[in-house]
Amino acid sequence: MALLELHGVSKHFGGLQALASVSLDLDEGSIASLIGPNGAGKTTLFNTLTGLYRPDKGEIIFQERSLVGMKPDKITAAGISRTFQNIRLFSQMTVMENVLVGMHSRLATGLPAILLSTNRFRLQEKAARARAMELVDLTGLRGRENEWAQHLSYGDQRRLEIARALAAEPQLLLLDEPTAGMNTSEARLLMTLFKELIGKYVKAILLIEHNMRVVMGISDRVHVLDYGEKIAEGHPDEVRRNPRVIEAYLGQASWAQHAPS
Amino acid sequence: MSATQAAFGLCGYVAATCLLAFLFPQSVLAFLSFQASLLLLYYVDAPRKVKLFLGASVLFVLLPALGWLNGYYLEIAIQIGIFVALALGLNIVVGFVGLLNLGFVAFYAIGAYLWAIFGSPQANAFIPGGWFPLSPNWFFVFLLLSIAVGALTGILLGLPVLRLRGDYLAIVTLGFAEVVRALMNNLDKPINLTNGPRGISPIAKPPLFFEPLLQFIGIDVPSAMLYPLYFYFLILIMVGIIILVTRRLENSRVGRAWKAIREDEVAASAMGVPVVRMKLLGFAVGASFASAVGVLFASKQVFINPESFTFMESIGVLAMVILGGMGSVPGAILGATGVTILNLQLLKGLSLWLNGLRQSGAELVIPFLGSYSLSQLPAQFEPAKYERMVFGLILILMMIFRPQGVLPPAQERKK
Repeated sequence: MALLELHGVSKHFGGLQALASVSLDLDEGSIASLIGPNGAGKTTLFNTLTGLYRPDKGEIIFQERSLVGMKPDKITAAGISRTFQNIRLFSQMTVMENVLVGMHSRLATGLPAILLSTNRFRLQEKAARARAMELVDLTGLRGRENEWAQHLSYGDQRRLEIARALAAEPQLLLLDEPTAGMNTSEARLLMTLFKELIGKYVKAILLIEHNMRVVMGISDRVHVLDYGEKIAEGHPDEVRRNPRVIEAYLGQASWAQHAPS
Repeated sequence: MSATQAAFGLCGYVAATCLLAFLFPQSVLAFLSFQASLLLLYYVDAPRKVKLFLGASVLFVLLPALGWLNGYYLEIAIQIGIFVALALGLNIVVGFVGLLNLGFVAFYAIGAYLWAIFGSPQANAFIPGGWFPLSPNWFFVFLLLSIAVGALTGILLGLPVLRLRGDYLAIVTLGFAEVVRALMNNLDKPINLTNGPRGISPIAKPPLFFEPLLQFIGIDVPSAMLYPLYFYFLILIMVGIIILVTRRLENSRVGRAWKAIREDEVAASAMGVPVVRMKLLGFAVGASFASAVGVLFASKQVFINPESFTFMESIGVLAMVILGGMGSVPGAILGATGVTILNLQLLKGLSLWLNGLRQSGAELVIPFLGSYSLSQLPAQFEPAKYERMVFGLILILMMIFRPQGVLPPAQERKK
């Protein structure tokens, strides 16, 4: 059964067609990649999925519910959380606090309970901290939990974004270039982490990635966007051989034809 | 220095300065060093129990006792308390949620007028029946009511300006405060609600419900002597509650959501924080603090008019928050205390001292340059009048050398 279905999702900014009738299915238990040249509309698709943009046309069905028109926080509560391409942590908050903010939609204490500091509230806070610690551990940030996010190294900041997104207990995790700026061994560590997440922490992962080794290594399915249009989809090996994909990435055919001899 | 040594040192300091302030009831310096003991308590590393005990004895016993001897000290303490409460309220909006509010005094004014109108004969002007002023017993009802009214006005202001940020929000909040002031100035016709620029008086004081008890145990004090102490303890309790509420909110999902909004609104909403609701809550909580303090202010002053709620007042409270360190509870307390002491004590003290010199007519002898009679010191040279200038200078220096404030929010300490 498909966890997420997109039917003809379109979005334009002024004259620019950022997404042109994109459809895709994402199955439970799978890792899918979204690739394409810069400006192909990958991040726009993420922003549309998470409610930052409202699609002009089309339908987004998540667990048999339409997400179109929902506010970002409601979508997070419904079970989709994300990381950002350009890291957007809460820089003057500690690592722990960053992860705890991610849990906002899962903590249900109301104002009276907080003000009276009831037992239930304190237990919930304690449990939340324990869970946050578990995620800090999982992403390899143990020992850093009381540091401000802005003082972390670049790679740690990327991992903290993942921990924060996981804190929302998502069914679907959206990762926007999670290995950008990481070296090969760091990227490989993350790949194993993503595989571990499936089934245990999330039901599916959709990731935007430029690092082809990562894409080919972990994806069950690859979707290719170019100029807002989906030009190919399939198993990594199929996509790799697809002439349209090669053209989109390298532009070789057209370039060779018009190049002066 | 070991913790026990520090504890003894603290006890000694508190006892010594208290004795000084007792022996020299007119000395500004003695009282200042006594006030500094609270700051010392915060900084020095001593056993928690000792600190709590000393802090409680200073606030609940020593300061009221000194205030009994010199009423001016209590007046200062009450003023400090009022500004601490205001600064803590504004700190929620500016420091936690990160929304620049230049019209915070409007909520303070709304609380003050709420009690002023009904706690004085003023309400008779538009509600027939001659029921007013209400009996002092209503004071506490209005204190609770003001929390609700403050929260409501906070939300009313918040709703239209939610989409604004930074400069735009600041201008709108400033406008809001001016509108509130203009209303207070002009709502004396066609129906006389606020009595306009003439202001409202006399405003009822809170009830002395404990007076029979005092008489019962044989203490018979005129109520004129009792009121300053009463107000002192009221504001102390109020500040205590405000600190507690702020602390609890800060360490809950609400406080974390506020800070997340301050840091990155888009990321916060993507993490499941309902940005609109949380911002409104921040506005409401901050405004309810200010409004409750307004009720107390009105009954303490007996007379209020729109002049007490000018734009400069908002700026003053904002400066306290910035000086102390935005987003930090100890910072807001320190900022409010420091600025109030500067205004009420230091500059006034300096003025008095200079006046004394002027009248003494002493000669200031500067070698090689001749002598200068201090009686010729121009009368315009009076530090108390330069309050704003000194203040501005301090702000400029702070922004250059310590932009994060004196006590910025500390990173969470390891447990």
